[in-house]
Amino acid sequence: MPRLTLVQAITDALRVEMRRDDRVVVLGEDVGVNGGVFRATEGLIEEFGPDRVIDTPLAESAIIGTAFGMAVYGLRPVPEIQFCGFLPPAYDQIISHVARIRNRSRGRFTAPMVIRAPYAGGIHAPEHHSESPEAFYAHIPGLKVVIPSTPYDAKGLLISAIRDPDPVLFLEPKSIYRAFREEVPEGEYTVPIGKARLVREGTDVTLIAWGAMVPVAEQAARQVEQEHGWSCEIIDLRTISPLDRDAVVGSVQKTGRCVIVHEAPRQCGLAAELVALINEHALLYLEAPVVRVTGFDTVMPLLALEQEYLPNPQRVVRGIVKAMTF
Amino acid sequence: MAQTRGKRTRTASRRVEGWIKPVEPEFETIQILRDDGSYDEASLPDLTDDQMKELYEWMVFARILDQRALNMQRQGRMGTYPPVGGQEAAQVGSAYALEKEDWLFPSYRESAAMMVHGMPPELTFLYWMGREEGAAAPEGVNVFTISIPIATQVPHAVGAAWAARLRGEKKAFLVYFGDGGTSEGDFHEGANFAGVFKAPVVLFCQNNHYAISVPLERQTASRTIAQKAVAYGFPGVRVDGNDVLAVYAVTREAVERARRGEGPTLIEAVTYRYGPHTTADDPTRYRTADEVKEWQERRDPIMRFRRFLESRGLWSEAQEEELQERLRERAAEVVRKAENYPKPEPTNMFDYMYAELPWNLKEQREALLQELAERGEAR
Repeated sequence: MPRLTLVQAITDALRVEMRRDDRVVVLGEDVGVNGGVFRATEGLIEEFGPDRVIDTPLAESAIIGTAFGMAVYGLRPVPEIQFCGFLPPAYDQIISHVARIRNRSRGRFTAPMVIRAPYAGGIHAPEHHSESPEAFYAHIPGLKVVIPSTPYDAKGLLISAIRDPDPVLFLEPKSIYRAFREEVPEGEYTVPIGKARLVREGTDVTLIAWGAMVPVAEQAARQVEQEHGWSCEIIDLRTISPLDRDAVVGSVQKTGRCVIVHEAPRQCGLAAELVALINEHALLYLEAPVVRVTGFDTVMPLLALEQEYLPNPQRVVRGIVKAMTF
Repeated sequence: MAQTRGKRTRTASRRVEGWIKPVEPEFETIQILRDDGSYDEASLPDLTDDQMKELYEWMVFARILDQRALNMQRQGRMGTYPPVGGQEAAQVGSAYALEKEDWLFPSYRESAAMMVHGMPPELTFLYWMGREEGAAAPEGVNVFTISIPIATQVPHAVGAAWAARLRGEKKAFLVYFGDGGTSEGDFHEGANFAGVFKAPVVLFCQNNHYAISVPLERQTASRTIAQKAVAYGFPGVRVDGNDVLAVYAVTREAVERARRGEGPTLIEAVTYRYGPHTTADDPTRYRTADEVKEWQERRDPIMRFRRFLESRGLWSEAQEEELQERLRERAAEVVRKAENYPKPEPTNMFDYMYAELPWNLKEQREALLQELAERGEAR
């Protein structure tokens, strides 16, 4: 079985689906000849040609608007937005049309499309290249939001997203695009949307994370196990809309403690929604308030201070200690 | 390197002016029927007498329906409504140039164009009465749902056109927007994509001179909207939007160009909206009664075409009376159908959010049903 990085797994998923279904097309800035600025679409134009791997002019709203037109007309477009900091110009198309058309047309028209965008920090990029805006999109009715954290999941989730009858925003944690390799099966397989992954079982505290925060949570879990002998259960959400409530609630009911980790600012971040969910379904199981370890409610700093902003294992450990010693 | 740069600067500074020359593209307004209904026989489009009469009927019907909608809004039987009145020729003439398999991407004021292309008018009424069931055309009618955010539909038409071409179809995609829409990024992005992709689209601008209250000269410093096509590398054309024959002829040519794979065309149809932007607007705040009267009395698209038909012996007072009576009955039937449409199930708001309802929507749907049952409104 080939050992692939996360970004290679994404290319593999695109290739597998484009071979299987000629309705699948890729479009965006630099996705063709250049193979994408992160090489996520490398080799696709050679195999599938410029009618299905489309280098577009530089205009995010029209990339999503055009992809939407393709989708309602029967294609399965996979537009790429080069960095999720450049999603805002396309926000209007996403919230006004992509996420609404099934409902507006009472099912006559649908928009089965996957918007891919690298997201989050940690690669020393310029301004607007490092934010984590997932909560903005999780708030949009009609849109699914998927975030893989491993090569295996990236491929299986992307294939599921392409086959999904509804629009999916697929956010790719770019700091771990090439962080590690793992065995990724050749050919097609799917990982279901809406289902979290149990990263490791534990009994004392539940850590909830997604994207590049999953390895951070794992590191913190190893540390508190060594230092305190605490057993952490880690849940990788994988899909943040719709949430896997059963996985979250079930784990917190078991452990009675919970730490949620995300890179995005705290206020109205996804952790707030998770806390509400836990309150609604596991309040009486809680031994301590749920702890949030998140980015600050500031503008994402430039690279010099990036590491001070991003949650790190040390901060997660402090959060775990807070939950365990309440 | 620095020296060369210095040299260039000196050369340029010696000649202080004259490098920049104003470009004034000329776009004449194409007209077949003059304001008084006169015309040159040679310029008439290839339409049969029956087709000419059909064009007239569509325009008259559009105006009757528009009046009904406005009256119903005043009586509280309809929500906010954007009237078509004055723009009948621009809409009917352009939509009539399509074949059934072509696609129409409307904005919100295109009730007449949508109807000509097969959208049952009772659905359009239903939509403005606040019912999602009226948004989508029936299967087999190639009219997309209207877009309310301005000009957002322009890239949609380009994408659909790309998809059609990938399937080997030879169809045209006609997308409507207004003069205000040409200030939006999505118009420019969509036009640029259309040009680069050589997409089989017709970008149809109804220039009715006002974006709600803001007049055209505050919208653009261009002398015409048609000239904007030049920047995107495809033809633009300006047509008298109150001349149904000219609108038809120009759109027909653009549609055929699209089908032949010759790429996009921008059409600017110069017209005027008689009524308010929507029923929530008061146009007396931003334009004079004289201006409106000038358009209504001298340039009305329906009167002009009627005079043309009469001059060719195709129309008479008796025919007009018969038509008015027949169309009023049809309009009453449209209203009856819309108002007698089965009431919506409150749970409909959940049922089309996703192909498969996620748990949160299922629970919220159940909660609404429970609440309705408690109120004794369960069905």
